[in-house]
Amino acid sequence: MKILVCISNVPDTTTKITFNSDNTEFNASGVQFILNPYDEIALSKAIDLCEGGKGTITVIHVGEASTEPTIRKALAIGADDAVRIDAAPSDAYFVAYQIAAYAKDKNFDMILTGRESIDYNGAQVAAMLGEFLDLPSISIIKKLDLNGNKATLSREIEGGKEVVEVDGPFIASCAEGVAEWKIPNMRGIMSARTKPLEVLAAQSLETLSVVEKFETPTPRGAVKMVDAANVAKLVDLLHNEAKVI
Amino acid sequence: MSVLVYVEHAEGKFKKSTFEVVSYAKAIAQQLNTNLVALAIGNLSAEQLSSLGTYGAQKVLHVNDAQLGTFNAQAYTSILSDAAQKEGATVVVLANSFSGKGLAPRLAVRLKAGLASGVVALPTIQGASLSVKRTAYSGKAFAHVKLSGAINVLALNANAYPVSEQPVNAEVVSLASSAKPTDFKTSVKEIVRASDKISLPEADLVVSAGRGMKGPENWHLIEELAESLGAATACSKPVSDAGWRPHEEHVGQTGISVSPNLYIAVGISGAIQHLAGVSSSKTIVVINKDPEAPFFKVADYGIVGDAMEVVPQLTAAMKAYSQNG
Ligand SMILES: Cc1cc2nc3c(=O)[nH]c(=O)nc-3n(C[C@H](O)[C@H](O)[C@H](O)COP(=O)(O)OP(=O)(O)OC[C@H]3O[C@@H](n4cnc5c(N)ncnc54)[C@H](O)[C@@H]3O)c2cc1C
Ligand SMILES: Nc1ncnc2c1ncn2[C@@H]1O[C@H](COP(=O)(O)O)[C@@H](O)[C@H]1O
Repeated sequence: MKILVCISNVPDTTTKITFNSDNTEFNASGVQFILNPYDEIALSKAIDLCEGGKGTITVIHVGEASTEPTIRKALAIGADDAVRIDAAPSDAYFVAYQIAAYAKDKNFDMILTGRESIDYNGAQVAAMLGEFLDLPSISIIKKLDLNGNKATLSREIEGGKEVVEVDGPFIASCAEGVAEWKIPNMRGIMSARTKPLEVLAAQSLETLSVVEKFETPTPRGAVKMVDAANVAKLVDLLHNEAKVI
Repeated sequence: MSVLVYVEHAEGKFKKSTFEVVSYAKAIAQQLNTNLVALAIGNLSAEQLSSLGTYGAQKVLHVNDAQLGTFNAQAYTSILSDAAQKEGATVVVLANSFSGKGLAPRLAVRLKAGLASGVVALPTIQGASLSVKRTAYSGKAFAHVKLSGAINVLALNANAYPVSEQPVNAEVVSLASSAKPTDFKTSVKEIVRASDKISLPEADLVVSAGRGMKGPENWHLIEELAESLGAATACSKPVSDAGWRPHEEHVGQTGISVSPNLYIAVGISGAIQHLAGVSSSKTIVVINKDPEAPFFKVADYGIVGDAMEVVPQLTAAMKAYSQNG
């Protein structure tokens, strides 16, 4: 079994998001970048599936050389080898196009992504890959079981879940619950340095979406405190002032 | 030219989020001075279909056959892209729902369209392109994205645009499916829906609780408050990690993002990862025994007190309010 896991490099979850003075670019100074948490879940699932030599895992990342620590982290957690497409990931369309170009003649049995990258949050790459590769894509899965060539996946829907079966190769984007997080051990960290990391040039592509500017949410007014002994006052404020009930 | 809107339904019924999407698409059609065409797939009554006219859809395309009763991203993409081309759509609007997230990106690739998901406002039309505001960085920021496809796809967040009625007579047209046999590589085995519960991602009102509730045995207090309001319930990540509540209820950066009119946070400290998923709520109420809890800094209303006492009192006050009002 051959599994490809797509990984992105994102600001740490505790990062306070700020932009440059004209709000056109993310201010990355002093920001710690990490492996996208959902991609870690996808990778953890791949490792479970390949346990005991049942398969190999390649991780792929579209990004510049500065992202290599994140790729090494994925190798330390347990991927066998890595590919980096050398380009700034301008949007999901660009990213999916590059990954599809790499994957199209490699016969992966499964391509896993995270449910979304916590920076762009498009939740777009998996389904785009499906379209580029003409493969089924199941977005936002919470469970994945393999039985021979047949995969049973449980995907999230509003107020419930849907159980989907698929034969043959597929693409899925993984949410919490798919696997337990794997923590790299010492051996993993040591071997990550010597595992193969191939760097490939990107294909050029017309862009259809450009971020013109960013904006941070307008801060709320000062909090209005209500006495714990007078909760009826809160009900009154919610009805008459906030008008939400 | 036209604007095409994909209308999602659950077991033959449209949801509020569908009417939001139709109202939003109608506003774009008006900006572009063109017609709004809706497309529905699956089992729906004539009455449901024509009800879309209430929100301004002049034409409702309906595609149904035995294979289309359940969601299939590939087949639905084929049908939508075909309709978009036949109707000469320049904008396609969908809900940024779970299914929408499976569908919109495929559709964008198939149509070579620009795509913005997590959209929260009407676009500004700039000649042939459009600029639209969407969430980014897990709700910590917004991005204004310019789309320059010959056709562009927008996936609208729940609760981001109000439902507005603009009644017209909707012409309902049945269409043959344009899905290909090779689209059916997946099959839905089971759909589990907690029917008595309000769906969290789309909820108007949310009551959420954290570790301050001490344990699952106290959650009935949260459920009773939610019930008195008709709200959905949610929780912080450590609560679902500990198995006190199901993972589907976990909100925040690594969980569900919500943007209800009212978010009541009980015994939640207000960590940045939690706030990321809830900060776009219209009104935030925080109940916490620690006056220094960071959540108060981003709240509209706060109560300092013990949840075990405050929550039952609030439930009683809500009940009294709904009986009188
Ligand atoms: C990679 C990563 C991703 C994460 N993603 C998320 C996410 O998506 N969502 C999320 O929620 N968290 C997330 N977290 C965790 C987050 O950092 C916090 O740890 C978490 O939100 C804290 O949960 P809490 O507020 O319920 O618990 P605590 O921080 O323990 O806070 C409990 C609160 O309850 C109050 N309290 C205690 N007793 C009472 C009482 N009797 N009455 C009233 N109040 C009381 C306390 O004063 C305190 O403020 C993430 C963390 C990491 C590292
Ligand atoms: N630059 C990238 N390189 C490789 N994979 C990526 C990249 N960006 C996103 N992905 C994958 O696509 C998933 C969804 O990302 P997005 O569509 O950006 O929300 C992520 O969880 C990753 O698995």
